[in-house]
Amino acid sequence: MIPLAHYLILSGLLFSIGLAGIIIRKNILVVFMCLELMLTAANISLVAFSRAQGTAGLPVYDVQILSLFVTGIAAAEVAIGLALIVALFRARKTVESTALNTLKD
Amino acid sequence: MMQNLPWLFLLLPLLAAALDWVLFSKCSKTAATLSILSAAATLALCVAYLAGLNTGAPDVYTWMPVAEERLSLHLGLLTDPLAMRMMLVVTGIGLLVHIFSLGYMKGDTSNLSRYFAGLSIFMFSMSCIVLADNLAMTFIGWEMVGFSSYLLIGHWYHKASAADAAKKAFITNRVGDFGFLIGILLTLGVFGSMNFADMAGKAAGIPAALLTATVLCLFCGAVGKSAQFPLHVWLPDAMEGPTPVSALIHAATMVAAGVYMLVRLQIAMGHAAFTDTACAVIASVGAITAALAALIATQQDDIKRVLAYSTLSQLGYMVMAVGLLAGEAAMFHLYTHAWFKALLFLGAGAVIVCCHHEQNIWKMGGLAKRMPLTVLCFLMGTCALIAIPGFSGFFSKEAILDAALEHCPVFFWVGAGVAALTTFYMTRLCLVAFCGSARAHGAEQAHEAGASMLLPLLILAVMAIISGYGFIADALVPYAGFEAHGFAVGLPFYVSLGSLGLGLVAALLVYGCGKRSSDPLAGNALSAALRERLYIDEFYDKVLIGGVQAIIAHIIEFIDAAIIRGLCVQGSAWLTSRFGLLLSKLQGGSLRAYTFLSGLGLLVLIILLAFNF
Repeated sequence: MIPLAHYLILSGLLFSIGLAGIIIRKNILVVFMCLELMLTAANISLVAFSRAQGTAGLPVYDVQILSLFVTGIAAAEVAIGLALIVALFRARKTVESTALNTLKD
Repeated sequence: MMQNLPWLFLLLPLLAAALDWVLFSKCSKTAATLSILSAAATLALCVAYLAGLNTGAPDVYTWMPVAEERLSLHLGLLTDPLAMRMMLVVTGIGLLVHIFSLGYMKGDTSNLSRYFAGLSIFMFSMSCIVLADNLAMTFIGWEMVGFSSYLLIGHWYHKASAADAAKKAFITNRVGDFGFLIGILLTLGVFGSMNFADMAGKAAGIPAALLTATVLCLFCGAVGKSAQFPLHVWLPDAMEGPTPVSALIHAATMVAAGVYMLVRLQIAMGHAAFTDTACAVIASVGAITAALAALIATQQDDIKRVLAYSTLSQLGYMVMAVGLLAGEAAMFHLYTHAWFKALLFLGAGAVIVCCHHEQNIWKMGGLAKRMPLTVLCFLMGTCALIAIPGFSGFFSKEAILDAALEHCPVFFWVGAGVAALTTFYMTRLCLVAFCGSARAHGAEQAHEAGASMLLPLLILAVMAIISGYGFIADALVPYAGFEAHGFAVGLPFYVSLGSLGLGLVAALLVYGCGKRSSDPLAGNALSAALRERLYIDEFYDKVLIGGVQAIIAHIIEFIDAAIIRGLCVQGSAWLTSRFGLLLSKLQGGSLRAYTFLSGLGLLVLIILLAFNF
């Protein structure tokens, strides 16, 4: 059996990669994907904990249901987010995050 | 209900003023009619009261209730003889001036509704002073007459000199009113009440120094309003207003309010309240004013200015009488002076109108032939003013001189000297303006004044002659239980006859029969100084306004510019904007920076939680 720590390390790595992607990349589409990556990292740790905290060989199902919710919400967020990005591209002809500073000027 | 009839004295003119101003500002005839009607109605009411109508004590309204009763602000009316007889002078002369104004202002292009509204407001405020039963209400009326005087002096406000004169009158009065206000508060503190009726008999237990301070502070108000030295400078300038206004406000009534107030206080507080020091100061100020003004009047060329200085000098007489504790004589002179000085001013007004608004007496001349009736009326007023025996002014001036001789002979001799000067300058005025031949085009075309101007003149001329005789004075002089004291031929009589003769002869010698075309006394330093009003105005201008006020203004300007504007306002604005600039660096608009910072924050949180810091 793979120990819990391995899952958590994987989850942490994924989360860090996602965060680093958001910080480093300019393209909003990529940033968006990195965001999804971070959500997935959270999901992995949730499921890992569900297994680790289970009793009598049964996982804690509440947590697994929660992770399904997270996935569902992520899907909804993708629908809205992609629509926003498409609208943004139509308006600005660019999806660079550094270009989105009209309020500042 | 009936007992509140005296409130009509205040309400009618106020109503007329409000209607004139609000409804009939474009319809000057209606406005004039309304004002005249209100003046006539108040005069009728006043006559009814003097004839014995008694409606009992009018209600007292509490305007601003304060928990402690004596501090509350009450509005109450006095209907005693002092007030009612004074009201007769105010409303009587007021009505005549209203009627005279119709003729005087005919053809004037300014807004006459405004003029008559001003007159009505003045009647309201003057009644407020006269009828007030406490000092607070007097003060309200006091400020209101100042305001209406400001309005009327500045009636021709497009003329810079009129606007300046209005401002000068108002501001000079503020100086006196400041002292008056302190005096009222002192009275409240010392006597425990502002009500005249409550002051009686309380003076005995009060330290003399405190009484002196109170009375002198109250006297400050009279110095301002009655234009006594050193605050007399506004009155001659106030002649910029229309002449009927000068007659009503700046000769007969408002400027006498100071004397009225002092006499009212003297009666209410008792003679004990007027300590020797206070009396000496009051009498000296009066005497100085009387002498200075009479001197200056001898070298003035403007007919209205001569009369203005003569008013100053007569007011000085009255104040001197108050200072000599002869309130009775002061009110007697106030009453006769009101009639004959109003007559003189209205006569001067008629002369000015008929000479096409020429006020310089050296550009008149020969008017006696062209407008005999007006000139005759004017001469009646002159006779009363220079105290020719038999005219009203003679009796009242005699009363003051008697009182002066009795209390303090110095003031008697000052009064006698002023009487000689008065005769001199009035004779000069009459000789130059009325005798000889016309010296300017305006005077050549002069003609008799219209009926609306002649009628008031004739009535006033009659009053100027008869108002001093016992049978009429006893009933009308604003002083309870006044009796024209038996006239005795004594030292005062001979002295005043002497000064009368001296003045007459001197003026006749110098000015002949009006044949001269310029003043033979002019051209020397003394005459120049007198023409420049003894440089008192200039002194105020240079030293007080240009010196003291300028220094204070500089200091205040520095505080304003450096501390308030520089440090407080601009400094705090600078600080805020710098701080804002600093904070704005945090919100650079860069998505990546935000993420980095929140990631960093998350990391810090995790570390804090994980390692239990």
